[in-house]
Amino acid sequence: MSIISVRDLVVEYDGRRVLDGVNLDIEQGEIMVLLGGSGSGKSTLLRQILGLERPKSGSIFVKGTDMTRCSQAELNRTRRSLGVAFQSGALFNSLTIKENVALNLREHTALAPSIIDLMVWMKLAVVGLADFGDLHPRELSGGMKKRAAVARALALDPELLVLDEPSAGLDPIVAGELDELILFLKGALQITGLVVTHELPSAFRIADRIAMLFKGRLLEVGTKEEIQASQHPAVKNFLNRTADNPVHAPAVAAYLERYVQNQGAKS
Amino acid sequence: MASVFEITGKKTLSYAEYLGSLNIQLWATLRAMPAALPLVGNRHRWRAAIYQMLDIGVTALPMVALLAMCSGFILAMQGAAELRRFGALHYVIDLVAVGFSRELGPLITAIAVSGRSGSAFAAEIGTMRVTEEIDALKVMAFEPVEFLLAPKYLAALISVPCLTVISNVFGILAGGVFMFFSTHLSLPLYFHYVLTSIELRDIVMGMIKSLAFATIIVQVGCLEGFRVRGGSDAVGRSATTAVVRSTFLVIVADAIFTAIFYSIGKM
Repeated sequence: MSIISVRDLVVEYDGRRVLDGVNLDIEQGEIMVLLGGSGSGKSTLLRQILGLERPKSGSIFVKGTDMTRCSQAELNRTRRSLGVAFQSGALFNSLTIKENVALNLREHTALAPSIIDLMVWMKLAVVGLADFGDLHPRELSGGMKKRAAVARALALDPELLVLDEPSAGLDPIVAGELDELILFLKGALQITGLVVTHELPSAFRIADRIAMLFKGRLLEVGTKEEIQASQHPAVKNFLNRTADNPVHAPAVAAYLERYVQNQGAKS
Repeated sequence: MASVFEITGKKTLSYAEYLGSLNIQLWATLRAMPAALPLVGNRHRWRAAIYQMLDIGVTALPMVALLAMCSGFILAMQGAAELRRFGALHYVIDLVAVGFSRELGPLITAIAVSGRSGSAFAAEIGTMRVTEEIDALKVMAFEPVEFLLAPKYLAALISVPCLTVISNVFGILAGGVFMFFSTHLSLPLYFHYVLTSIELRDIVMGMIKSLAFATIIVQVGCLEGFRVRGGSDAVGRSATTAVVRSTFLVIVADAIFTAIFYSIGKM
């Protein structure tokens, strides 16, 4: 059974269609990478899946709960089985890294403080930050922040880990480390992953399946090989890094010519 | 012509929408308040409320005391300048005592708290919106209203009336110091006269006002924070707007309350 299924999702902002009839299934235990350029609607799709926004039409089932229609209590119950690491990390700046990871455990479980300390240490050790628990988020580098966010997302041992642009803004080596971390988590914890990214190397390293989003539509969903073999022009452009609509040289020339003529007419 | 109506209509609608969201937020906060109470509620919220009380109340004490003393002097001196001509200098005591407990004490406290804490609430919550921390709270199955707003509101409901009492004391004390230097009236005798001129009703009116002011400051400050869209410049703007709007609404509410109490007093 698929852990997430999106059905005919339509999202509009002020009459502008951002997502147009998206259908997507994510199976238990796989890592699905949502690939797409800026403005393709991938962040919007993610916010919809997390129930942060409500769509115009369509439905999203996460573990059988319809995130678009359920009550707040059901929404919160479903969210407890999700671990989310946001693009900027979104660590709480007023808390230390340890407290950030412990927050969920402290508030949503009845565990003893000593057990919570141990669990927090384990989660931080998994992402390689065991020695940095007492620092505040502002004292960490970009890559460490992302890893701390992953540790916080893992706090309640979620079935589904959602990562928004894990490698954005990181150098290739740190981004690579993060990819290995995701693969390690998948191997060690049998976790299901939904990763949103626009970085091709990262996507092809970690994905079991890739969903290619372009201008609010899903163009192609399939394994790495299927995506690479795709004949769809937009997918090919994205993979070959070809610009969709390159600067039109004759138009620029015509504009400059007109400009020069106008200047001549004035003087 | 049409555009004048259009602008008027748009402005009216936006103000109505603002008051509406303020009301919705107030009800949501009141529903979430039990979680912030000690013993029956969530102890983490209560602890957050205590920190907020320190922030809103204790650290504002020197500033409020100084403001109150200055206003007490001003009120006594301006009153004395006029009353002396009629040989009614002793009415300065009534003027300061009643003026402070009914009016100036709550108002000066509210303006000080709005400048210190109202802007801080807006900046804090606004920053949390920009850095996706509010979204992170939501997906970690926390209610932002319960997590952030309820402790602040509870803290303000307790600390603003306390500050008001202190501001009353210091304002009236300043009047006493003035009377001592101008007419050699001893301080114990001054306080004796003060107690005969103030009724319990005056104090209760002041307390009711200060509760209303605390509500306005917290709700407006937090609403401005939650309405932040965009980047860090929007956070700065929201802090300014929070102070301007809450001070404005505090004075309007003061006028309404005074009118109500005045008409009740006449009956």
